[in-house]
Amino acid sequence: MAAPGERFHVLAQLEHLQSKYTGTGHADLNRHEWLVNQHRDTRASQMSHPGANSFIAIVENESRARTRFNLLNRMILPCGPPPEKSALDDL
Amino acid sequence: MHLYNLTLQTQTAINQAVHGNFSGTPKSQEIVVGRGTAIELLTCDPSTGKLKILCHHDVFGIIRSLLSFRLTGGNKDYVAVGSDSGRIVILEYIGERNMFERVHQETYGKSGCRRIVPGHYIAADPKGRAIMIGAVERQKLVYIMNRDAESHLTISSPLEAHKQYTLCYSMCGIDVEYENPTFACLEYDYEDGDNDPTGDAVKKTQQTLTFYELDLGLNHVVRKYAEPLAEPGNLLIPVPGGNEGPSGNLGDQPDIRCPIPRRRNDLDDPDRSLLIICAATHKTKLMYFFLVQTEQGDIFKVTLETDKDLVSEMKVKYFDTVPPANALCILKTGFLFVASEFGNHELYQISNLGEDDEENEFSSRMQLEEGETFFYGVRPLKCLAHIDSLDSLSPLLSAHIGDVAREDAAQIYALCGRGAKSKLKTLRNGLEVTEMAVSELPGNPNAVWTVKKNIDDKNDAYIVVSFVNATLVLTIGETVEEASDSGFLPTSPTLGCGLIGDDSLLQIYPEGIRHIRADRRVNEWKTPPRRQIVKCAMNRRQVAIAMTGGELVYFELDLNGTLNEFTERKLFNAEVSCMSLSEIPEGELNSRFLAIGTADQAVRLISLDPNDMLTPLSTQNLPSHPESLLLVDTPSEDGKGQPSVHLNVGLQNGCMFRNTVDNVTGAIMDTRTRYLGTRPVKLFRVTCQGQNAVVCTSSRSWLLYHHQRRFHLTPLSYVNLEFAASFSSEQCAEGIVAIAENSLRIIAAEKLGVSFNIQSYNHKLTPRRLVVHPSAPAFVVIESDHAAYTASTKTAKRNEMADDIERLANDSEEMELAKEIADVLRNNIPDETVFGAPKAARGKWASAVSLLSAIDGKVQTYFELPQDENAKCIALCQFSKHPETVMVLVGCGVNESLNPFEDGQGVRPPRGCVYTFHLSPNGDRFDLLHRTETPKPVSAIHDFRGMALVAFGNMLRMYDFGQKKLLAKCENKIFSVGWGL
Repeated sequence: MAAPGERFHVLAQLEHLQSKYTGTGHADLNRHEWLVNQHRDTRASQMSHPGANSFIAIVENESRARTRFNLLNRMILPCGPPPEKSALDDL
Repeated sequence: MHLYNLTLQTQTAINQAVHGNFSGTPKSQEIVVGRGTAIELLTCDPSTGKLKILCHHDVFGIIRSLLSFRLTGGNKDYVAVGSDSGRIVILEYIGERNMFERVHQETYGKSGCRRIVPGHYIAADPKGRAIMIGAVERQKLVYIMNRDAESHLTISSPLEAHKQYTLCYSMCGIDVEYENPTFACLEYDYEDGDNDPTGDAVKKTQQTLTFYELDLGLNHVVRKYAEPLAEPGNLLIPVPGGNEGPSGNLGDQPDIRCPIPRRRNDLDDPDRSLLIICAATHKTKLMYFFLVQTEQGDIFKVTLETDKDLVSEMKVKYFDTVPPANALCILKTGFLFVASEFGNHELYQISNLGEDDEENEFSSRMQLEEGETFFYGVRPLKCLAHIDSLDSLSPLLSAHIGDVAREDAAQIYALCGRGAKSKLKTLRNGLEVTEMAVSELPGNPNAVWTVKKNIDDKNDAYIVVSFVNATLVLTIGETVEEASDSGFLPTSPTLGCGLIGDDSLLQIYPEGIRHIRADRRVNEWKTPPRRQIVKCAMNRRQVAIAMTGGELVYFELDLNGTLNEFTERKLFNAEVSCMSLSEIPEGELNSRFLAIGTADQAVRLISLDPNDMLTPLSTQNLPSHPESLLLVDTPSEDGKGQPSVHLNVGLQNGCMFRNTVDNVTGAIMDTRTRYLGTRPVKLFRVTCQGQNAVVCTSSRSWLLYHHQRRFHLTPLSYVNLEFAASFSSEQCAEGIVAIAENSLRIIAAEKLGVSFNIQSYNHKLTPRRLVVHPSAPAFVVIESDHAAYTASTKTAKRNEMADDIERLANDSEEMELAKEIADVLRNNIPDETVFGAPKAARGKWASAVSLLSAIDGKVQTYFELPQDENAKCIALCQFSKHPETVMVLVGCGVNESLNPFEDGQGVRPPRGCVYTFHLSPNGDRFDLLHRTETPKPVSAIHDFRGMALVAFGNMLRMYDFGQKKLLAKCENKIFSVGWGL
């Protein structure tokens, strides 16, 4: 198991960050994961800023509540299902 | 650190609104609204129903959520604010100081509107024991609220209720009486979906209604259980009382489900679902009900039937239609506040609860076939009565600032609103005034005053009007009539008049002073021969006059009510051009200062203290001749302590100086200058909201008043005034009587704090852009809406629907009925400005081009584009072939889709076109010349060297004018994407 000093090891710190802040990248991040995080961050920001929410509502001609609901739904699977895991990933 | 500026017009949208008793006054209710970057407290006067902004506070951040909560046994509500600061903030409104005080501010995360930093949702336990604050994803924190020995609100350190990979849709606190506080959240767990390449997991995952319980004994939060929902919900509404858990809408109620009824014979796209956008709960000791609003603006009244502790039935009934709202607040006084998502915010009075009308009531017990729903018909307001509205410029799509209407001051033409409720608003900098009365006078008066008969009177008794060689006295009553028994000298002009002592009147005229006692005895003081009074100043006990030659005479009222001249007279080197006495401070006998402006361009402050009577205290040299002076007291902020004295100086060059006078030494400090107009500035004292205010007249009239702890100097949106005085009568408590040319006008400024006078004109579709006619006061506006039908499509659809009904009828009796319904359908078109325009499917467009007059907002020419063409850009072009005519070019997209990846391209590839119109030189019409097809939607057009530069896709093309269409001259394809020019 981890030696006492290893808690402050870079990797451990990164792991801590990754668990604390959803969306923090890591060395093995693939293209899909990165894109999904970008999309989720963007959608969350758009629905959280009242002005951005209104802007989208006007463009789409929907109510603000509907726009917010749509943005939340689009956070679920923003870029479609993840790609098949290939055996090469684990190498 | 310096505050760089504050905006003149603050944000007008209301994103959140909560109500409660924030002031602590028993039985009162106020509304706290979040206006983006500012928090405001509104009150609604229960007798008049007028909304008033009590307190406005900039927060220099973004307010994301508001919550009002009350500790158990408390009598005052607190406001909890979720913002982009990464902190939870608890505010308390302090009525005496008229401000919000920050009770707690606890940091929990990074700043900014982020995905996992809480602040988006906030909910409280109904008993006020705990607050949950949540983020869009993952994080939820619970704070325990309590009070200490001094009954101050205390806040605990946060307890975490995080869950990875979980989106939160809505949050509310559940009424569990005094058991452990419980919160309900609508959640979606996307972890499985993220790890499943086949995409099946997402389809299988259901939204859950998750309950979080705060264990007060163990001081931690547990995720108690999660109930999967058959259909996704979007909003949780807490149900008071009992332990039956939350009721949601859109089918997210676990046990009882009632579909949202739909409008009968609606032109809306039938595939659209209907969403509840906001809700309000009203609760009394005996009953409770909910008002829920759909996207179309229709409000339903929802009531629950309970069987012991379980809900057995949900009843839904159409209530009324109001603008779609961000928040609804039902006040105990029977008012409904609607914070519209777009457009003006409205206040309605609930005139009946819709209990015994003929409206259909739908119940969750009624059996419905799969895919069927309830239907109702819309109607004008029946349960609500419109009372007041708050102007809102949101959403502001485009604006033009300029003096288009040729009024010497710029106007702002703002394109506001959305869809059928959109408007062109003309903003003029100025305070809106209400005109109470206008009456013509014989000849042009010079001055006007109002006089009370007795110190205890609330209202004024006389209006005194001075002419060149006469004085007219009018009595104020039901009507204003000439008075004969006032005791004033009618054959001479008046320089000043007013109430002196408790019940005597004083008139100062060029030859003397006339002191009229209550019993009609008259004492006169005459000027020495061949000397005349030029200026005067007076208050309730003191009178100062200046005679020709710069001689100052001072009088004081003694205890018997007689006016005594002070033994000394004071001589100035120059003529006195204006003077002012401040009002007597409360609890004192005399005012201490007399301000005198002299022709040698100086203002002197003179002491009236018995110890150093008539000694000059301070002098201010001026750049121009002083025209008018006014000493005004402003009470200190908390109403205690000495008021501050301000010396206002109006100059002949049109400037006004505003100084603060030191209460003790009389030193003149802190001078502020403002240019008011081209004419000499005159100043008059009036009353606004129980405080002193100043009317300043120059080439424009201005009002200087103290509002929400700040001085405002705002021009009046009214005819130019020459002389003014305060006015108070039964009908109008705080008015202004003023002279403009040969008329006497009574006006009142009610909308204090508003810097723009707004006029609005309706639009049919969302206005997008405007161009100004080069020579005439007119605009050309393009308007377009996504998911909308053009007027002709709507008529066609309506007729089609009516024909269908007629065709489906079988026998003659049915035929007659069908014909009737079809006729109603064809002819009774619901007012779209009230009920909204029908929504079409995605990818449908409606657009129009209109020419408006800038003076009266009238639509001169209206050109509707065919269905599915959206006007995107507009430009005025002068082609070198026709240098004297101006053409309007409107660039459009045809069959465009907002999101080609989702909506599916390929079926109808988007194209574009440019419409060319000829604009008449006097701005009264435009005519279509031709339409030019382009291969892609047009994104920008610009006039360029006698030709038009048109951008579409990644191309830039130059067009010249042709007879049948525009002629492409050259193009370039370098740009990756063409956006704007």
